[in-house]
Amino acid sequence: MADTALDQSLDHHAAAVAARRHFLTRLVIYGLLVVFAAIYLIPLLVVVLNSFRDQQEIARNGLISLPRSFRLEAWGQAWSSYCIGGTCEGMQRNFYNSLKMTIPATFISTVIGAMNGYILSKWRFRGSEALFTCMLLGVFIPGQISLMPWAFILGNLGLSNSTYGLILIHVIQGISFTTLFCRNYYVSIPDDLIKAARIDGAGFWRIFRKIILPLSSPILIVTVIWQFTGIWNEYLFGVVFTSGQQQPITAALVALTASGTNVRAYDVMSAAVLIGALPPLLIYLFGGKYFVRGLTQGAIK
Amino acid sequence: MSTLTIRSLRKSFGAVEVLKGIDLEAQNGEFIALVGPSGCGKSTLLAMIAGLETVTSGEIRIDGRLVNSVAPKDRDIAMVFQSYALYPTMTVRENITFGMESRRVPKLQQDEAVKRVAALLQIEPLLGRKPGQLSGGQRQRVAMGRALVRDPKLFLFDEPLSNLDAKLRVDMRTEIKKLHHRVGKTTVYVTHDQVEAMTLASRIAVMHQGAVQQFDEPAAIYNRPANMFVAGFMGSPAMNFLPAELGEQGGRPVVALQTADGKTASLPIVQTLPSDTPRQLLLGIRPEHIYRFDPDLQRRKPGIAQIDALVELVEPTGAETMAVLRLGGKEITGRFDPDGTPRMGETVTLGIDMARACLFDPTTQRLI
Repeated sequence: MADTALDQSLDHHAAAVAARRHFLTRLVIYGLLVVFAAIYLIPLLVVVLNSFRDQQEIARNGLISLPRSFRLEAWGQAWSSYCIGGTCEGMQRNFYNSLKMTIPATFISTVIGAMNGYILSKWRFRGSEALFTCMLLGVFIPGQISLMPWAFILGNLGLSNSTYGLILIHVIQGISFTTLFCRNYYVSIPDDLIKAARIDGAGFWRIFRKIILPLSSPILIVTVIWQFTGIWNEYLFGVVFTSGQQQPITAALVALTASGTNVRAYDVMSAAVLIGALPPLLIYLFGGKYFVRGLTQGAIK
Repeated sequence: MSTLTIRSLRKSFGAVEVLKGIDLEAQNGEFIALVGPSGCGKSTLLAMIAGLETVTSGEIRIDGRLVNSVAPKDRDIAMVFQSYALYPTMTVRENITFGMESRRVPKLQQDEAVKRVAALLQIEPLLGRKPGQLSGGQRQRVAMGRALVRDPKLFLFDEPLSNLDAKLRVDMRTEIKKLHHRVGKTTVYVTHDQVEAMTLASRIAVMHQGAVQQFDEPAAIYNRPANMFVAGFMGSPAMNFLPAELGEQGGRPVVALQTADGKTASLPIVQTLPSDTPRQLLLGIRPEHIYRFDPDLQRRKPGIAQIDALVELVEPTGAETMAVLRLGGKEITGRFDPDGTPRMGETVTLGIDMARACLFDPTTQRLI
């Protein structure tokens, strides 16, 4: 009995030491994480604060300092009245341009990617692997390389300086990624399901609609988020192939910063940048956890 | 009425020939088991019957109709997969009706069919659940329900029990047998488990290296295996093979064996031998045809021959006891009643039932 009592008190001591060590380790880890998080967040914070500060106050106290004033005018100006290159209607038209470009391009490229993935994983044919490898190349080829060919194609199709031209570009450029995502996800769906459905009398489309699509939500969420943020944030094609009122918001933002006639309106610029960043940010906030889940999870639990 | 006829069926994947001229037939209502080790081509054969694999050459006929290039859905077959292949996003009811939906069967008829099958398999309480909420045995039942609901010409089973634990497997085996008795559909059943094949099938096709080694009734496969592969594959523990020499004793043919002490023992041959029988033979004896010798046994079974062997190892399983015996240079396994088990290290006199023994030609490996 005495022995066990001694053992217990010893254990108690050891446990206390272990607990303290555990606490200290946690403290260090969390401390470091907070520092890193701050490093990432401070630029965003500066922009957010500046969008609410008065322009004169920014000029007086510098770009990086705590706000002494609070006003919402910059947001209103950025949205509807600030002058960019002669037109004074803010960013709203460009914002709508971006929406008109991003939503159809995301939808179409995702649908095509899902179809491609379905065919390349479940209806393999002679040469389908080679075809997939070729499509994968698109993932690694930078967009700049295809600028000239696109200029040629858009010119011939009469789609230069139009949102439809950009939709076409983003659909085609996006197919590599959406196909890769969907194909790799569909590979993990057992082939037996397809065989069973074929015996059950279902054809290509019915199998896709009734069996594959209902299993696809994780990867479709991933693809949609990926495509939406990618297309929304894309700048190069927008600035090269459109101008003025046709420009998506990313290209317009640059035009805004370049149109410095007099003083640089940091407050309006900050608000405009935030307006431009808002949709992907919202998508990420609401879909982020599905994004991670979709990337890591297989089709069948 | 539904029959299956397969004539010199071949299948190649590139340069690899996986099926080398298969001939099989199933009469109406028959239960055919395709059994063999993994890689023998049995699952490929089943997939070809189902239409999921193309035919390289030869022919498959269902009810006399050539179906070589008929789509799976038009072959009027139903299949149960090893993985069950239940549609994970559908309820059990939707899983069962999916095939009828595809074929545009009227709703009323569907409901009736579901009711009938659910009652038959006792899965009524599961109809609203998703496959993910079912146990292995329940999934198995649903998979069978999906096949049964269609009332097809042909049932195909691809190792349906191999994902179940041992006890459930035996239960489901019995259930499949009962079900087949009740439904009476022509069935092709692929398994690597020779016990499943023996218990379920009306005829068994033993396959090895892309060829049917023997196609016969279970008793014939077990008692008169066509070659050493079949003899070794069917039965557990496997048949013992002992090198022996053909001789004569008192005008009757015998096989001479080396015994434990280096002497030769002569065992009389019961069957009549063809004239071209080679002198060197392999004697095949199943473990259950090895007994402890006693005179009473000899009176009951006239084919019993005596031979001495050393007991090297004893493995009790409860219902019976396996003993590893040394006979000449070879180890053989005997299956004994737990009451009369020999002890380790002991030299026992065995009674071998020569009426049940098989003789093989060592060069062709064929049964003599």
